[in-house]
Amino acid sequence: MAAVVLIVLTVAFVIVRLAPGDPASLMLGPDATPEEAAELRARLGLDRPIAVQYFTFIANAVRGDLGDSLYFNQPVTKVLALRAEPTVFLALLSLIFALIVAVPIGIYAAYRRGSFFDQSAISAAMLAASVPSFWTGLIAQRWLATEYGWFPASGYGGPDADFLSRMAYLILPSFVLGIVNSALILRFTRASMLDVLGEDYIRTARSKGMGEARVVLRHALRNAGIPIITVVGLTLALLVSGAVVTERVFNIPGMGNLVVNAVLRRDYPVIQGTLIVVAVLYVLINLVSDLLYLLVDKRVRY
Amino acid sequence: MSKHCEILEIEGLHVSFQDGHSSVTALRDVGFTIQKGKTLALVGESGSGKSVTSLAIMGLLPNNARIESRRMRFYPVADGDALDLDRLKPKTMRELRGRRIAMIFQEPMSSLNPLYSIGDQIGEMLLLHEGLDASARKNRVIEILELVEIPSAAQRYNAWPHEFSGGMRQRVMIALALVCKPSLLIADEPTTALDVTIQAQILDLMRRLQSELEMSILFITHDMGVVAEMADDVAVMYAGQIVERTDTRKLFSAPRHPYTQGLLASIPRHGRARNQRIVPIPGSVPSLRAMPPGCSFAPRCSFSETQCRVESIDLLEPAHGHLSRCIRMDKVPANG
Ligand SMILES: Nc1ncnc2c1ncn2[C@@H]1O[C@H](COP(=O)(O)OP(=O)(O)OP(=O)(O)O)[C@@H](O)[C@H]1O
Ligand SMILES: [Mg+2]
Repeated sequence: MAAVVLIVLTVAFVIVRLAPGDPASLMLGPDATPEEAAELRARLGLDRPIAVQYFTFIANAVRGDLGDSLYFNQPVTKVLALRAEPTVFLALLSLIFALIVAVPIGIYAAYRRGSFFDQSAISAAMLAASVPSFWTGLIAQRWLATEYGWFPASGYGGPDADFLSRMAYLILPSFVLGIVNSALILRFTRASMLDVLGEDYIRTARSKGMGEARVVLRHALRNAGIPIITVVGLTLALLVSGAVVTERVFNIPGMGNLVVNAVLRRDYPVIQGTLIVVAVLYVLINLVSDLLYLLVDKRVRY
Repeated sequence: MSKHCEILEIEGLHVSFQDGHSSVTALRDVGFTIQKGKTLALVGESGSGKSVTSLAIMGLLPNNARIESRRMRFYPVADGDALDLDRLKPKTMRELRGRRIAMIFQEPMSSLNPLYSIGDQIGEMLLLHEGLDASARKNRVIEILELVEIPSAAQRYNAWPHEFSGGMRQRVMIALALVCKPSLLIADEPTTALDVTIQAQILDLMRRLQSELEMSILFITHDMGVVAEMADDVAVMYAGQIVERTDTRKLFSAPRHPYTQGLLASIPRHGRARNQRIVPIPGSVPSLRAMPPGCSFAPRCSFSETQCRVESIDLLEPAHGHLSRCIRMDKVPANG
């Protein structure tokens, strides 16, 4: 775990320094004078030897100091923390939405393999996976929000909006983001259930005289669980990048929007900070899915 | 003797599988009876339809199977009412399955769910059929594990399937099948996947449990040696049909179908006279999609004549209690 974090930090450090040219002049843009560039270099510590820069960066990062945003003139961690809530809840809500839709449909499609239901589910999943989410987003916004007014069209509420009304702003974006991911989860659930339903122990379960629901949910689903958890972890990771597009479309002040603006503003410390946070999130997601494996598969491992 | 001494009567069982627009017929006019407390062996080569027969009895054929039968009658308890297996409501069939008719399978390595302990899996039978609470289940499970001679049964209650060897897993499967004391056990090649010494132990165990629990067994195998050891009666299956049916002694001493004779001649037998060679049956089993008209065995049979190849052959009774689907029995020398 610590090793992974160190690698993540190192990569973030290197990537930002790999950008061609002098970061300071890039950040300041073409109109900056050499004096201004030199001053910024000194402020960022870029004039010091690379090894010193590296160790300072690591030491600071470990203490939770990711530097200051050039645009906001605030610590990067604070900037990120302010934008984290909408992104985290967007990812979670869309994951929950995807799970609620995809897992039951995937299970039933596998159970009724080749049926009309199954074929419709596969086609729908294919369609959902191939339509870009900005398009579904715009359509949903146009009709469900603007035309019918069922959902707020964009934003995240005013500064004094309470938690529930903030979440109301996330319903439509989560739905849009969830569609794409539910396609992936659906196909994995179906494939994994198909494998398991052909196993000998499923025949044994039936021969014991239990109902089909018990056969499928108790004996099959649990065995299909490991691949499903894996793909859910993967889609959660994908959600982070999906959030960038969705937050843009729905104008949500989250980390996705932040990083896009940071790129446009050449706010390198923020880009670096986002990179680190996202990587740490990936690691955490992996950790959680490993824990879930243990929950599903209680056998002692050697 | 009670009113009826049979536990299962099957007559005229046909099974075909729909596969898109075509269909293949897997069973044609299968019939046999199993006597109370006795073992009927169902013998035949791979693909002859033995497993399809057993799954038809259990009501576990896949959805694309079409089943027709004149009679599939099961007598679940002594002097109880007969049940027509082909007419039962799904719920009644489920209650029967596992409780009255239990089944064990060929592949002990994959027939147990890898994610549940064996105590859980055996106990599930008691939960489903007897509604026992956890501690009562545990007692019964340990009892049955001891009965199938699993060493230190109480400690193995929480063990996982992967901690058992093949032979031990088959014992677990037997325990699972027998824990509700079924009156009929269907054993689909229960020892085929095991090595010879383990096989002998399992067969031994099954015989002992059969007399202890007074159950009938439908024993599916392709091994004539196992038939000789286990069965009271034998039904020989070829290409989806029963071709010969009689008691074990008669079958071995005077087989009346050329296919049975071929089967017996193709196994190495202790005490076989030196001049009697092991003779494999020439040719191979016809495909279900290209079944020859007339007798299915005719293309491989050295006694066949023109008539064998035109019309389908009925089961005839050349001797009392001895059925054979062969019209050339007068020409077929009655020895093994
Ligand atoms: N679900 C199915 N769909 C189509 N055909 C099937 C299906 N199940 C079985 N069959 C066919 O029915 C025939 C009989 O199969 P069955 O499994 O009963 O053979 P078996 O006698 O048990 O053979 P083995 O000794 O190999 O177990 C085979 O030709 C098989 O291909
Ligand atoms: Mg079989």
